[in-house]
Amino acid sequence: MKVQDIVEALGLKVCSGSAGLNREIEGGYTSDLLSDVMGNADENQVWVTLQTHKNIMAIASLKELAAIVLVKGYEPEADAAKQSNVEGIPILSSTEEAFELSGKLFELLKA
Amino acid sequence: MGMKFTFVIEGGNFSKAGTASSEVKKILKQLNVDPKIIKRTVVSLYEAEVNVVAHAFEGNMNVEIFPDKIVVRIEDKGPGIPDIDMAMQIGFSTATPEVREMGFGAGMGLPNIKKNSDRMNISSTINVGTQLEIVNYLK
Repeated sequence: MKVQDIVEALGLKVCSGSAGLNREIEGGYTSDLLSDVMGNADENQVWVTLQTHKNIMAIASLKELAAIVLVKGYEPEADAAKQSNVEGIPILSSTEEAFELSGKLFELLKA
Repeated sequence: MGMKFTFVIEGGNFSKAGTASSEVKKILKQLNVDPKIIKRTVVSLYEAEVNVVAHAFEGNMNVEIFPDKIVVRIEDKGPGIPDIDMAMQIGFSTATPEVREMGFGAGMGLPNIKKNSDRMNISSTINVGTQLEIVNYLK
């Protein structure tokens, strides 16, 4: 499944990094603690979080994540969006909360 | 003799946190280091870099790559760590509320470093700074 597929299936907004919409997704991780994500997420996963600052892109880039999904309608800060465009790692946004979004994402990815 | 690289880390500048680790990652990739070893090294270097940004005034990341190992020394000028055993405990943190709000300061940094390095040595002097050495073997 590609990032574009979850954008369509879950009605996500593409905030930045649209060049990476064809990245392949191999799972997901939900957490707002950066060290937790750094220590436990794996490459090609989608990261669900409410953090919107630039450091989420440092994590996404170092861990080679497929995309970041912000919850509750949050949008990335300007420097985070800029970095997302540079790296080609999309930042997406959902109006849903982390619990609901993670559940739907899980259902999509286990299929 | 190994290949040597040095990167400067600015204390307090979160917008640059991860830049040094990212540079090291690029170098290790160019050297065709085993991706599993790159992944572990990157986790430990990022945590060490964020520690300098969050707690110290300034620091350096000195990387030396040998045929059989990567040795990284992160040295900072800063407040130092009063009790290293305490700092090594999962969940213990002295980070400010602002830093915690960003999702840092969960007390997972040093434990993450330990988990993702083959050898880790840390020493610190109060009001002077902290030295951290991370060694990952390539074979």
